Amino acid sequence: MARIWKLLKSAPPTALFGLIVIVAYILIAIFGPILTPYGESEIVGTQFIPRGEQGFILGTDNLGRDMLTRLIYGARNTIGIAFVTTCLAFLIGGVLGLMATTLGGWVDQLLGRLVDVLMAIPILIFALLILTITGTSVPVLILVIAVLDSTRVFRLARAVSMNIVVLDFVEAARLRGEGTSWIITREILPNALPPLVAEFGLRFCFVFLFISALSFLGLGIQPPTADWGSMVRDNATLITYGEITPLMPAAAIALLTVGVNFVVDWFLHKTSGIRDDK
Amino acid sequence: MAKILKMVAQRLALGLLTLFAVSLIIFLGVELLPGDFAQEILGQSATPETVAAFRRELGLDLPWYTRYFDWLGGIFHGDFGKSFASDREVSELIGGRLLNTLFLAAVAAVISVPIAVALGVLAALYRNTLFDRTINVFTLTSISFPDFFVAYILILFLSVSWNIFPSISNVSSDLGFWEHVYRVILPALTLTLVIIAHMMRMTRASIINLLASPYIEMAMLKGISRSRIVTHHALPNALAPIINVIVINLAFLVVGVVVVEVVFVYPGLGQLLVDSVAKRDMPVVQASCLIFAATYILLNLTADVLSKLTNPRLLHPK
Repeated sequence: MARIWKLLKSAPPTALFGLIVIVAYILIAIFGPILTPYGESEIVGTQFIPRGEQGFILGTDNLGRDMLTRLIYGARNTIGIAFVTTCLAFLIGGVLGLMATTLGGWVDQLLGRLVDVLMAIPILIFALLILTITGTSVPVLILVIAVLDSTRVFRLARAVSMNIVVLDFVEAARLRGEGTSWIITREILPNALPPLVAEFGLRFCFVFLFISALSFLGLGIQPPTADWGSMVRDNATLITYGEITPLMPAAAIALLTVGVNFVVDWFLHKTSGIRDDK
Repeated sequence: MAKILKMVAQRLALGLLTLFAVSLIIFLGVELLPGDFAQEILGQSATPETVAAFRRELGLDLPWYTRYFDWLGGIFHGDFGKSFASDREVSELIGGRLLNTLFLAAVAAVISVPIAVALGVLAALYRNTLFDRTINVFTLTSISFPDFFVAYILILFLSVSWNIFPSISNVSSDLGFWEHVYRVILPALTLTLVIIAHMMRMTRASIINLLASPYIEMAMLKGISRSRIVTHHALPNALAPIINVIVINLAFLVVGVVVVEVVFVYPGLGQLLVDSVAKRDMPVVQASCLIFAATYILLNLTADVLSKLTNPRLLHPK
């Protein structure tokens, strides 16, 4: 506890800000149903009631649903889906990447070339192509983005572990007769963790922005599920009247990504010892 | 020179091979994924006869390799097939829109590249000052913003509040050049804000990296001014990574247009792609994806070749 406190004290203000934002979002996502006055897609009034009128703090949306309620539920859905997707991407990419370096040979070659080809297509274009064929639903969305994103994780996991796998203690473990899974989990993974953790933050931001963009295009999370990207899309007409409520969900997305980026930035500086002033 | 030509030829061959693999993926995606495409399009209520007739009409009853080579052969003649949704030629739908998209990307590149490099050099020059930190926070923030957020903020201020630029970029081919530029300025500015951060950070990082090398120390000991060291000694050697990151960001730009085009209702290829995905208009999606992928691969290839050309040492691997 004392160590954590000391660590927090040494953190720059930007990182502290980021931590506070992340914790706040997690709390809102968990306690969403308690905090909200109405149901997720409950129609409570006429459409586009302005901010502050009739007891609606943020007004109502294009179908007469409470904006604040949907904003809070959006935290659950958008962050939840992005988090699950990132975890899955790390599971796929991380395991395959570490396996590629540990096993080497044709496994490494095959996986490497496959990832090269997949990465040659921009991720958004690829996702749009697959979603055309499969149609959009949450499980498909998670699976498609996780697989596409895992190529980036694979690259990093491979690059990081490549330098570790040639070290003496891995050799020693091999001579001891340890299996592949032991070498990966006990010898390589602990040493490859810091860059992978930082990458997790960055990939989460990417996936989070990506899902929001897809939802904004109407091809991501489908109604009536509350989601920040599609909320912007549904209420965008209000912006041309100079009304800022449709920007709230977009700002919510931006704030979380800024927070995560600040924390990752600090973490990278701490673990890698990168100093600008060398 | 022969070595350079050989390197370029090698890269080009590799690029073509990748493109071939990509075209195969784009085509086979329809094949391998579960579900019958004709059935999906017509809906559950369609009778087996209609589905069969529809399949025949689309040529889906032929084996996949026949269709693949027909499709690929057609592309070499500029024939991308017929759209499902509108019964028009795909090439006809795409032609003008592709030009619009490239125009938008070009305008964004012209604005963003000089600003990014200049800011990067300045940040490296005044490292760890308030200026540098401000830019650092600003770029971290702008990386984190969703494209459409940036776009709507610009619309709110520059179009709704002050009414300087139009919020909808409706262009047609009969507009003059400057009128065209004027109408795409807001989407171009959005793209600029989205990509500038990455370019700027890389410029700064690669220059700072170089400032630690011995010949820079020598130049400092000679008593040359800091700005001269950066512009004459560090910048030329940092060109390779900078050019690399610029071209990669241009490649990103070509894809980044998709969301921005939708926000500004700009008649480009990105919007066509999104519309076609919603309508599940497969030939149009395949053609647009192939064009986007080809541009992306080509730009990445250019980045590779350019960075090798600017650093002769890379041509002679040990």
